[in-house]
Amino acid sequence: MAEHCLRFPGSNDQPAVLIVPPLFDEANRMRRTLVLMMRTLSALGTSSHLPDLPGQNDSLVDTEAVSLNDWRCALAAVAAQENRPILVASWRGGALIDDAVANALGWWRMAPIAGATIVKAMIRTRIACDKESGRQSGAEAIRASAAEGPVELAGNFLSAAMLDGLDAATPSLVEPLRQLSPSDVGGSALWLRAEPGEDAAMAEAMAADIHSWAAICAAR
Amino acid sequence: MSDGAAMVEATVRATLVDILGISASRAAAFDETTPLFGALPELDSMAVATLLTELEDRLGIAIDDDEIDVDMFETFGALVRFAVGKALN
Repeated sequence: MAEHCLRFPGSNDQPAVLIVPPLFDEANRMRRTLVLMMRTLSALGTSSHLPDLPGQNDSLVDTEAVSLNDWRCALAAVAAQENRPILVASWRGGALIDDAVANALGWWRMAPIAGATIVKAMIRTRIACDKESGRQSGAEAIRASAAEGPVELAGNFLSAAMLDGLDAATPSLVEPLRQLSPSDVGGSALWLRAEPGEDAAMAEAMAADIHSWAAICAAR
Repeated sequence: MSDGAAMVEATVRATLVDILGISASRAAAFDETTPLFGALPELDSMAVATLLTELEDRLGIAIDDDEIDVDMFETFGALVRFAVGKALN
C-alpha cells in the first residue's frame, strides 16, 4: 500500500535528503520542527522527503502488522524513486533503520538510541497506566502476553516480532556519518516533551548543518 | 552536598526541563520541597516513564521496575535523593 510522503523541492544539482523520523510518540513530538526544518532546507536549495513509515503517522496499515524490516524496505523504496544522490538524516529511533539506503552519499544522526530503550520506556508507561487503573502488571507478564497477540504499549499495538526486533536493534555502523546531540544545534530534546513544542531556531540550525554535511559528502 | 550529588541534581533538573518543556530559570527555582507528581499536569504516566528511562541513560544507572514508587516523584528533593542513591552507591 502506498504511503504518504511529504516532499519539499530543491535544486537538481544538490543531493536530496531522506528524513527518517523518530519512532512512535517521539515522531509526533518532532514532526512540527522537522517540517520547519524541511522548509529551511528547501530555501537553501536542498530537497527533502519525509515518508510515513507503514503503521506510523497517517499510514492506513496497523502498527501491529509491521516489523522493523518492513520499515527498512519502505525507506529503500522511497530512496529508489529519487534520481539525485541521497543523504539520509535520522532522529532517535530512526537510526535503527537508516542503513536501509545502502547507496547513500552519507548519513546524519541526531541523538540515536537503542531499540531496547524505546521498548523499556513503552513498557514502563503501560505499567504506570495499569497501576493508575488499579491493575498490577509487570514487564515479564506484558512481554509474555505478546506470544498470544499484539500488546498495547503506550497506545501502540506491537507484535512479538516488532518487540523482539526493537530489543535487538542498535544503530548500524554507517559511513560517512555525522552525529549530533541537541546542544550541538543550540536546541533541546524536543522528542521528550510531555506537551509537544516546536523550536524554529533548532529547525534552522539542523537544516544548515544537514545542508553543509550533504555538500561535504557530495564532494568526497 | 558532594560534587557528585550536585552533578546528579543538575542532571535531574536538566531532564525535567527537557521533558516538561519549562524554562531553565523555572527549574532552577525547584527546591527540596517543590511538589512534582500531581502538581505538574505535564507529568503524566508517559512523562514519568520517559523521565526514568532518560535518567538511566544520562546517569548510567539501571532502575528496576520494582523500585519505582509514586513517593519518589512527590517532590523534587525525593527524586534527587533516589537518583543520588542510585548513581553514587
